[in-house]
Amino acid sequence: MKVTLKIWRQENARSKGSFQTYELDGVSVEMSFLEMLDSLNTKLIKEGKEPVAFDHDCREGICGSCGMYINGHPHGPATGITTCHLSMRYFKDGDTITVEPWRAKAFPVIKDLIIDRNALDKIQIAGGFISVNVGSAAESHAMPVKKNNSDDAFDSAICIGCGACVAACKNASAALFVSAKISQFALLPQGRVEAKERVRAMVAKMDEVGFGNCSNTGACEAECPKHIKLVNIARMNREFYKAY
Amino acid sequence: MTKLESKIPEGPIAEKWTLYKNKANLVNTANKKRLDIIVVGTGLAGAGAASSLGELGYNVKNFCYQDSPRRAHSVAAQGGINAAKNYKNDGDSVYRLFYDMIKGGDYRAREANVYRAAEVSNDVIDHYTAMGVPFARDYGGNLDNRSFGGVQVSRTFYAKGQTGQQCLLGTYSSLNRQINKGSVTMYPRREMLDIVIIDGRARGIIVRNLITGEIERHSAHAVVLATGGYGTIYYLSTLAVNSNASAAWKAHRKGALFANPSFVQIHPTSIPQLNEYQAKLTLMSESLRNDGRIWVPAKQGDKRHPNEIPEEERDYFLERKYPAFGNLVPRDVASRAAKERCDSGYGVGETGLAVNLDFRDAMKKQGKAAIENKYGNLFEMYETIAGTSPYNEPMRIYPAGHYTMGGLWVDYELMTTIKGLFSIGESNFSDHGANRLGASSLMQASGDGYFILPYTIGNYLSDQIRVPRFDTSLPEFEEAEKEVLEKINRLMSIKGTQTATSFHKRLGRIMWDHCGMSRNEKGLLKARDLVTELEKEFWSDLAIPGKPEDLNMELEKAGRIADYFELAQLMITDALNRKESCGAHFREESQTPEGEAMRDDENFMYVAAWEFTGDTKAPLMHREELVYEEVEVKVRSYK
Repeated sequence: MKVTLKIWRQENARSKGSFQTYELDGVSVEMSFLEMLDSLNTKLIKEGKEPVAFDHDCREGICGSCGMYINGHPHGPATGITTCHLSMRYFKDGDTITVEPWRAKAFPVIKDLIIDRNALDKIQIAGGFISVNVGSAAESHAMPVKKNNSDDAFDSAICIGCGACVAACKNASAALFVSAKISQFALLPQGRVEAKERVRAMVAKMDEVGFGNCSNTGACEAECPKHIKLVNIARMNREFYKAY
Repeated sequence: MTKLESKIPEGPIAEKWTLYKNKANLVNTANKKRLDIIVVGTGLAGAGAASSLGELGYNVKNFCYQDSPRRAHSVAAQGGINAAKNYKNDGDSVYRLFYDMIKGGDYRAREANVYRAAEVSNDVIDHYTAMGVPFARDYGGNLDNRSFGGVQVSRTFYAKGQTGQQCLLGTYSSLNRQINKGSVTMYPRREMLDIVIIDGRARGIIVRNLITGEIERHSAHAVVLATGGYGTIYYLSTLAVNSNASAAWKAHRKGALFANPSFVQIHPTSIPQLNEYQAKLTLMSESLRNDGRIWVPAKQGDKRHPNEIPEEERDYFLERKYPAFGNLVPRDVASRAAKERCDSGYGVGETGLAVNLDFRDAMKKQGKAAIENKYGNLFEMYETIAGTSPYNEPMRIYPAGHYTMGGLWVDYELMTTIKGLFSIGESNFSDHGANRLGASSLMQASGDGYFILPYTIGNYLSDQIRVPRFDTSLPEFEEAEKEVLEKINRLMSIKGTQTATSFHKRLGRIMWDHCGMSRNEKGLLKARDLVTELEKEFWSDLAIPGKPEDLNMELEKAGRIADYFELAQLMITDALNRKESCGAHFREESQTPEGEAMRDDENFMYVAAWEFTGDTKAPLMHREELVYEEVEVKVRSYK
């Protein structure tokens, strides 16, 4: 099939970007979205042009590298998957597909579709850990953990840090991302010890690095490729109130 | 000439590590601050080491090519992590885990290292649990275990099909704690392009900033490589597409021996290639073999829908050939058996290069909910990619390049043949012999990073406390940077017509066909010529757009492929040299009448460690003879 691609091109962080239009023929429904972009890039290189820069790595939906705004949705029209898993089956011959980087104040564009997500790391550095030194851990079974709590902690812990929640949010809030980590540790006995310090530090950093506030719209949950739930945000708020 | 000294401590096997630790030299806390350590890579090994060393008080600089350390490829490991806890009371022990790894590795691993990996495995689990890694639990609140390929006990800890992700995010959190404290400085989006050696010791690295294209110099008292494996040499593999061998290869060119490069594990359960544009193969966790049954039609070329093929017309070939282990035979055995069936015309799917992995019987017995609970996310992932649901019909699977047992040669202290250069995790060769057992890679990478390297590197650094920090304007840095720039300029000035990826695909195909699951002398010799020709074409017709002083992903790819051409030749040389079949290395000339791998212990019970002698000269082989004092060497049989 043939598609028309409107892709955001931006040389670097300082330059002004714009949409460029490309016609791409020979697209197969079996391609993934990124493989379609690979083939566009091959074509561009052969024409002596610069390929479209985008982040990608594992291509199996777990590393969180890839992410682009496709036709108005983070990771494209399908739900529960990352861009690398998005199949071209979701598009049809003659479609025009608009591709943009994540848009958020805290995510400056580096080049084309590549953005700087370091702000997410900064929040994790501020408190996203349990302070345990290597070698000082007790025997694992010394402290049983309720299966329900452990399972819920797992469901929060599977966040891949792609930033789709921020991109989906009209306020560019990172609440879902931050609350997932806070929840994971809040649900486990080993994480309770530092719960107060953690939530204070992470929330403060979240505000400091330029993310917006949460207004409970729920776009983040709808677009999260890993189905991280809104209940995490409620839990983060509860933890936050408890901490003061 | 480099001499191999494995430095295995004296004493009985169960006491070697304790005795080593008792006698290892220490660096006092105040002096640690004066010592810089560079760690390249942020997977379980790299970030584990960086955070442990930071905790100890060293000044650590940690590098990765990804935009965040949380994306290192350990994240993609699915099935689990082994430990000898014996929580199931099924007779497991440190010794048995050690024994299984030695046997699984087909008696080509160093006993002392393997024992130590098994010994620290329990500490690894305790540490992850304490860090908040949500491993699966039972209703009593204790950790659950499952069985994994090639063993008869249940010792695998897991977090659904995302164990690697959970362990990595745990490790990332401990790294973050040290970054917060200021003991670790993180350098993301940097690719290591050379190692700097001063007076015979590793003292720094040259990296390229992948955003600005700037070449940077970083110095340290010791350098640790935790840069993973080279499975992407096949182009299509289960690895992240940017995984590469360049850091290890640069170290090899500077004097670090490369051991058993041809030992590559082909994973039996990957989703088969669906189209020619495909950039990678997605793994389906081996844990699926606990409940899934592998079969092909008993009749050649049977193209009926799998659900329409009655029981008596199905060939459950693993259960038939290996009744004791059935679907749980080790990866190399399962892969070769699948290849044999497909090569003989029994394969399924359009290409005939696939076999069925069927959950019908398991769902009948345990119920759909139980299966969903164990494998839900894997089934979802399969459906997303392949377009059919494993709840309704069998999965189709086929082997794919997965893990490299070969890597930089290291001694008992995990130090390469370059003083002060350490290699941990998949990037070294040490613990898996000729074949790795499932769920042992997370175990080894974590053990190396958290519990082994922090001791051994201290022993090395103890006499370095008076060595002042190195100035990066030293001529050695100057020289290394010059070499790096020359290489980049050489690549940029080709100005040909073919993309880096197109060369990578062709190289991958040559290696898969002739140095993949099954090898023979004729094919290997042919591959050697084909790689030489392709390499020439690469250096005369490669196209790289853009500038080197900018974010340039094509330049990154080209540099990695240039190194892969050289590594490919070494893999071929190693495979040619090893005229026996062992583990994942199957030489067609060395098989039993039934087609099983035949080892030649008399002539090949050694580690082949290769020394780089120059671009136009043949590599020089050093042997580390393997001595089995503890385990009786037997024919590895899973029948």
